[in-house]
Amino acid sequence: MNKKYWQEEIETASREEITALQTERLQETVKRVYEKVDLYRKRMDAAGVRPEDIKTLDDLKRLPFTSKQDLRDTYPYGMFAVPLTDVVRLHASSGTTGKQIVVGYTKHDLEVWDNILARQFTAAGIGKEDFIHIAFGYGLFTGGFGVHGGAQKVGATVIPVSTGNTERQLTIMQDFGSTALCCTPSYAMYLAETATAEGVVDKLKLRTGIFGAEPWTEEMRRQIESMLHIKAYDVYGLTEVMGPGVAYECEAQNGMHVNEDHFIIEIIDPETGEPLPNGTPGEIVYTTLTKEAFPVIRYRTRDIGTITHEKCECGRTFVRMSKPRGRTDDMLIIRGVNVFPSQIETVLINLGYTPNYQIIVDRVNNLDTFEVKVELTDDNFEDSVTALARREKAITEAMRSLLGIGPKVTLVNPRSIERSEGKARRVIDKRHLHD
Amino acid sequence: MAVKQLSVFIENRRGMLVEVTEALASAKIDIRALALAETPDYGILRLIVSDTDKALEVIRATGRTVSVNNMLGVRISDRPGGLAEALKILTDNGIDVDYMYAFIAETGDQANVVLRVADTKKAERTLSDTGFDLIN
Repeated sequence: MNKKYWQEEIETASREEITALQTERLQETVKRVYEKVDLYRKRMDAAGVRPEDIKTLDDLKRLPFTSKQDLRDTYPYGMFAVPLTDVVRLHASSGTTGKQIVVGYTKHDLEVWDNILARQFTAAGIGKEDFIHIAFGYGLFTGGFGVHGGAQKVGATVIPVSTGNTERQLTIMQDFGSTALCCTPSYAMYLAETATAEGVVDKLKLRTGIFGAEPWTEEMRRQIESMLHIKAYDVYGLTEVMGPGVAYECEAQNGMHVNEDHFIIEIIDPETGEPLPNGTPGEIVYTTLTKEAFPVIRYRTRDIGTITHEKCECGRTFVRMSKPRGRTDDMLIIRGVNVFPSQIETVLINLGYTPNYQIIVDRVNNLDTFEVKVELTDDNFEDSVTALARREKAITEAMRSLLGIGPKVTLVNPRSIERSEGKARRVIDKRHLHD
Repeated sequence: MAVKQLSVFIENRRGMLVEVTEALASAKIDIRALALAETPDYGILRLIVSDTDKALEVIRATGRTVSVNNMLGVRISDRPGGLAEALKILTDNGIDVDYMYAFIAETGDQANVVLRVADTKKAERTLSDTGFDLIN
C-alpha cells in the first residue's frame, strides 16, 4: 500500500503554520539575495526597500519583480547566490523564445526538488511498486533529470528512456512493464495515438501518467485518459523557479497544490503589476523560499492562471493553482483579438477532433490571416466533400463564437502535423512582429 | 451485395496522387475504376480495386485517412437513355444521389455505374425489382 502523503506534516499544515514558515523563509531569502546578488540589491535600493522592511507576507508586494529578461541580462551566473563551488548541477531553458538562461542547484536544492516531486508521485498513487517510464528529455532541460530524482526518491523502478523513437518507447513499455508515464501531454497524445493505431494499448500496464512542461486543457486530459486507460495528472514547473514540481496535482485532479514551504505564488494584473484577488485570472508570479543557488524574487512566469484557497478533498492544505490557460507570450493577437492556443484545443476536442492542430498566422496586405490546420481521423472523415465542408464550417463557427474571429480551417491527414517529441509546435506566426 | 469503394482523403499538394497510385501498384493492386472530387484545399479519391482489404492497409500505411463505403453498382445498357432510365426510377422512389461515376464494362455493350445514395439497400431492391442488373 502506497503512502497517502509523502511529507504529511507540511502537506497538511494549518494556514497559520504555513504563513509563519513562509514569513521566516521569505525574510531570510530577501536578506540573502540583497547581500549576494547585485541585481536584487540595486533593484531594492532603487525601490527604497530594505530587507528588514519585510515583516509580513503582505510586504512581499513592495519588492520589485524579476523578469526573464533580467535572467538573460545576467547570463550566465549573475543571479547565482552561492559560490559556484557549492553548485552541483546546472540546467538551462531551451532558449526557444530568445537567448537561453542557465540555473544552478546546490546539493540541498536537489534534495528539495526530489522531495517535491516525490510528493507529486505519492499524490498520484505512484510508489515503490511502480515502473516509472520517463520520456521527458534528459539533458539541460529540467524535465528528465528533475522527474528522475523524485521517481528515485519514492523508490520506484525508474526507466530513463528520454525522448524520441516512439516505436522503441512502446516496445519498452510492453517489455519492461511501465506503469507510470512521464512526458509532455502532446507526446503522451502521440504515444496514445500510435499505440491505438498499432493495437497495443491493451498490452500496456500503464495506469498513471504525469504530464507537464507545456499548457494543455482538461479536454486533452480526458482524451489521454480514455485512450491509454490511465489517470493523468498535471505537474507544473518552470526552469527559472525550479523545474517540474513547483505545484502538483492530487487525486482530486482539481488544480495543483503549490509547494508553499518552498515557493510563494501570487497572481497579478500583467498590465499594472497589482496583486489580484483569489479566483481572478492573472499572471502567475513565483518567489522561492529555500532555493540556495538560484533564488528568484517575484519572478514573472508569464503564465496565466488563478489560485484558490478552498479546502481540497485530499486533505492537503497548500493553495491550489489552476491549470495555466497559456503563457502571455503564447497569446496571439490576431486582428486585435486575443487568442490562446488552449482555446483552439478546447473547441477541437469538444467537436470530436484530436488536439493535434497548428495555428498559422500571417499578414497579407496589412490584414492578419488566421488558419488552423486540423488532423482528420478515420472517425471523422466522411466520403463527401459537402460533409467535409460542413465540418470545416462547424469548426470555424465554434471558434468564432468563442474567440470573436473565425479561422480558415484546413483539414489534413492524421498524424501529419509536425510534432517534436518534446514540446508541440502549436503556432507558426509568419508576421514577425517582434523582430 | 454492394460494391466496396475506398475513399481517400488527399491533401492538395503536388505528388499526392502519385504516392497513392504508386503504393497500390507496388502492392500489385489493380484499379478498376476511380473518380476524384476536388475542392481548393483537398480532394477525395474514390477507388474500386481488385483487393479492397489489402488496398486499405496499403493506403493507410502512407499516412492517409481512408474509409470503405458500400456503393450502389448497377449495369445499364450502353445506349442513349440508358442512364436516364435508371436515375428516373431512383428519383421516383425518393432516392437521392450524392455522386456517381461510370465506366465501360468488360463486355463493351454495357456501362457500369457506381452511385452513392442515402439508402443503398433500398436502391438495390428498387432497381433489381425493375429488372436492372446489379454489380456485386
